[in-house]
Amino acid sequence: MARSNKPIVWGPFAAGGTLTALLTPALVLLTLLAAFGHAPEVLAFERLHALASHWLAKVTLAGVVFLSLWSAAHRLRITCYDLGIRADTVVATLVYAGALAGTGASVLYLLRI
Amino acid sequence: MAEKLSRRPYLRPVTSEWIFRHPRYLRYMVREFSCLFIGGWTLLMVWGLKQLSEGPAAWAVFLEVLKAPEIIVFHVLALAFAVYHSITWFNLTPKALPLQIGDGFMPDAVIAGAHFAAWAAVSLAVLYLAGAF
Repeated sequence: MARSNKPIVWGPFAAGGTLTALLTPALVLLTLLAAFGHAPEVLAFERLHALASHWLAKVTLAGVVFLSLWSAAHRLRITCYDLGIRADTVVATLVYAGALAGTGASVLYLLRI
Repeated sequence: MAEKLSRRPYLRPVTSEWIFRHPRYLRYMVREFSCLFIGGWTLLMVWGLKQLSEGPAAWAVFLEVLKAPEIIVFHVLALAFAVYHSITWFNLTPKALPLQIGDGFMPDAVIAGAHFAAWAAVSLAVLYLAGAF
């Protein structure tokens, strides 16, 4: 039977697409409110630091970062192909490595909290 | 190289001008470009986590950077693209998750509608729990 690695890259893409569709507009609105000087209570240092200290919050935040970055990376890869960049292996390596690096960094920062 | 061959196979030219051939293609590309804004905003939040881990002073720098005009412009664009991504994503759910009941299928509007309702509920819950209102 022919083997394919498509499900491995496509699974997190679909999960991330659904997660960002449900969550990202509301989250962007929170930081946009902060930008206009109406920072929601949760963005106060003590509140957010206490929240992010819980292991469940750390796991959730790392998961959200991973799925968001991975689905964006996968879409960027397909977009590059659509725009005529046919070096798919190079593009795929770069974007997925970027998503994993971003996730790794956020895990590192979360462990320091 | 190609001139030396007795046969000259047709090489389809690779272009990106096809995007502008039909409004549908342009809408597709706008949807795909949402990845730059969702990915970019997420990376901004990764930096926010770094600032949060370094203490109150570093976190205050993060909140201050959010107020920069270019970051505000980015946020407004990111919000518009994120909403567009959500709408296109949920409109596709009847195609991705067709639900068979007996001989028929659940109407598309019900499947997409349930997802839009979930989106509204999640958004309100996030904004409420975050203390935005």
